[in-house]
Amino acid sequence: MAKNSLPARNRQIEQLTNLFGEKHHHTVESLYIYGHTGSGKSCVLNHVLVGNDLFHVVVNCIECYTTNLLFSTILEALSFEEGRIRCDNMNDFVRCLRKIVEEKEVEETLYIVFENCERLRDKDPILLPALLNLKELTGLNLCAILVSELPWEKFYNGTAVRDPFVMFFPDYSKDELVEVLCHLRPQATDLEFYKQYVGLVLSMFFFAFRDLRELRHLVEINFSFYEQPIVDGKLTKDDKLKLWKNIEPHLTSSLQKLLMREACDGRQSNEPELTESVKAYDLSKGSNAKSQNLVELPFYSKFLLISSYIASYNPSSTDRRFFLKHAGRMRKTARSMKKDDHKNCHLRGPHSFPLDRMMAIFYSIVDEVVPPSAGLFSQISSLVSLHLLAQLGQDQLDMPKYKCTVSLDFITAISKTVNFDVIRYLYDFV
Amino acid sequence: MNQVLLDVQSVLRNRLFGNETKCRPDIEKFQQDLKDLITRSVEYGESNSLLVIGSKGSGKTTLLRTTVDLLQKKLSKTLIIVRLNGYMQTDDRIALAEITRQLHLENTLGDKVFGSFSETLQFLLEALRGGSSHSSQPILFILEEFDLFTQHKNQTLLYNLFDLAMAGLTPLVVVGLTCRLDVIELMEKRVKSRFSHRQLYICNQWTAENYLQAFSDMLLLDAGFCKTTKHKSFLERWNSNVVELSNNASVQDILKRQFSISKEMPSLQCLLVQPICKLNVNHQFITAADIADSARNVFSDPKANILHGVSVLELCLIIAMNHLTNIYAGESFNFHMVYNEFLKFTQKKLHILQKHNKPVVLKAFEHLMELELIKPKETTLSLASKLLKEYQPTILLLEEQQLKEAVYRYPGCPTELQQWLESSTV
Repeated sequence: MAKNSLPARNRQIEQLTNLFGEKHHHTVESLYIYGHTGSGKSCVLNHVLVGNDLFHVVVNCIECYTTNLLFSTILEALSFEEGRIRCDNMNDFVRCLRKIVEEKEVEETLYIVFENCERLRDKDPILLPALLNLKELTGLNLCAILVSELPWEKFYNGTAVRDPFVMFFPDYSKDELVEVLCHLRPQATDLEFYKQYVGLVLSMFFFAFRDLRELRHLVEINFSFYEQPIVDGKLTKDDKLKLWKNIEPHLTSSLQKLLMREACDGRQSNEPELTESVKAYDLSKGSNAKSQNLVELPFYSKFLLISSYIASYNPSSTDRRFFLKHAGRMRKTARSMKKDDHKNCHLRGPHSFPLDRMMAIFYSIVDEVVPPSAGLFSQISSLVSLHLLAQLGQDQLDMPKYKCTVSLDFITAISKTVNFDVIRYLYDFV
Repeated sequence: MNQVLLDVQSVLRNRLFGNETKCRPDIEKFQQDLKDLITRSVEYGESNSLLVIGSKGSGKTTLLRTTVDLLQKKLSKTLIIVRLNGYMQTDDRIALAEITRQLHLENTLGDKVFGSFSETLQFLLEALRGGSSHSSQPILFILEEFDLFTQHKNQTLLYNLFDLAMAGLTPLVVVGLTCRLDVIELMEKRVKSRFSHRQLYICNQWTAENYLQAFSDMLLLDAGFCKTTKHKSFLERWNSNVVELSNNASVQDILKRQFSISKEMPSLQCLLVQPICKLNVNHQFITAADIADSARNVFSDPKANILHGVSVLELCLIIAMNHLTNIYAGESFNFHMVYNEFLKFTQKKLHILQKHNKPVVLKAFEHLMELELIKPKETTLSLASKLLKEYQPTILLLEEQQLKEAVYRYPGCPTELQQWLESSTV
């Protein structure tokens, strides 16, 4: 088994191989591996188990969301016969497992790997302790390996369990990341050149995030832009400064839409039409425009939404000031001075309001006279079903209560379309 | 040489992981009680029930296993053993099926058990009541994880077993093993009255010296190992190395530290896993450095390990949350408040942190939620709170001390962050 096939993980590979020992050796009853996402846990485990040709089964606890599925997957992977094996409970599982392994007559240790095992906590509380004790229950030479992101202390649930042997996969350092990314480069590229490029990208992105998957995605996307001048013949590999200047705006825009994966797919193909549309897509306003375009509301619904937003985020005592004509100035009492310092309704979140208040605000902000009709009120129901408003409370007939669930950006965009300045009516911005 | 080391590994691995563990010397005194009980049942047809109570890893299963093995050879009549485990038989129905299977009764064919729960129960009870104390074979019921059997509906199985034990027909011994000290409280009144209230408490009364002695006993190889002359010479060197290791001051410190956390054998075993597995031709003896390495692994703080790998943006958010928790004295915060704090900080120190827009910061916040470093205050979510996930009240699950150490150890941490953490006002 080549050790250098997985860069920067030699120590973990060595530890695992030592732990497993020879094929027939007994090993720990249960092993718990944890580490950040993208730190190579599954990859290394796979490498060790497959590379050493060890008898093993891998199960993903997110896929096997019931215990039936979990047991069936393991048994089907191990047995000779085709077809589904039904297994409802732990007792049958243990018996079937024993039967299958004895039929196969293997002397080797059986490794059962449970990935994303934090999902097992939510199921039957006896399941996890039973799986940790599987070696003793079956009497076979087996090892249960649990893989997760969370530390083992999150799995305690009240009754004592036999603690597994815990192994931590540390995150990659900056140099190790460079090594790994260079290892995953596309086939025909030069190592040194790619290393420089990766170093540049990392220097920009390393502050924000360290997830290997995200970094790999970004590196792969932007590499074609980096290579572009060299392929075109305008620059050579040594013009590092010019290459950097060329790639910098692309990297900055990637930084802006970090992790969002919007409009990335357009870049992967080289067709000129698609790249035109990508350029036309203004990335700084992208997300808002996109989400707004999805919802086109009728005229009154927009005003209903705006009035619900105002009702949610303004304290009811300020309604008088905003919506009554000739309300006069608010007297500056000591109490109101104190209140002014903490204008943080937007931080606390929307509060609920009764329907009457919203309708009062609605009638005052709409210029024309609107007769109350069933159509108007049915628009409120459609806003609720679009999840722009949330209905609260039990009392639906007498005084229904609502809460507005849209963000400030959304409501400013909507109010712009109806030429209404909502900021002027919000208490936090006065 | 390789063969010698492979043999050493096999022996030591069997001791640590295998099933041939021997009974601890200080609990051998309980063996006598157990032996008496079972012998009386076999010889004189008495029925009995007994509970063995001790914490996890204190040796209950080993005790029972060694006692039963000893007795099997000596007894006049064969003892039928039925083994049940609370982890496997999660329901009385399954337990009953398992009992009929293990007793090879007439309604089993190979592996399958026919009949419904009530039929099987009736059949079993008749079969067991039909015997008499002199002519029938004695049966030993071993119930591991006994406390889980008390969680079954109506405790039917336990009631019937204890009832049969009191009825005095077929000689029956029911032995329950559990780690819960309050297991008697878990039993229902009618079950408790049928139980004989015989309990064996396995408590570990080791001192630090016993613990150190167990450490060297675990590693010393005995004369049974000498198969060839190479083995013999290696044995002497190995044993002298173990003695030296036991007398090493740093090793003793580590063992004392582990002893102060837990006295039981599993705690000792988990320290020894790594050094034993590391033995190979290049590394033939266990050194103090190995033990120190293993101890570092065992005693490491898992949250600190996780914090070591978060990104700088996420670390800023955690520090902001820490400040909010301090300012609001433990009240919950929501995402917008955290974002506000974060903006206040970056506006002052724009040159070190790039500007991040809100969706990116929200994604970092959600990643922290996945890592369970923060968690929502209410566990049940109404529809309104699901729609407004940015306003959901959350609390931080880190202590300030842990955070300070993590920031201190963080690779390449900008000094502004450290200063921000230390400062009491933003």
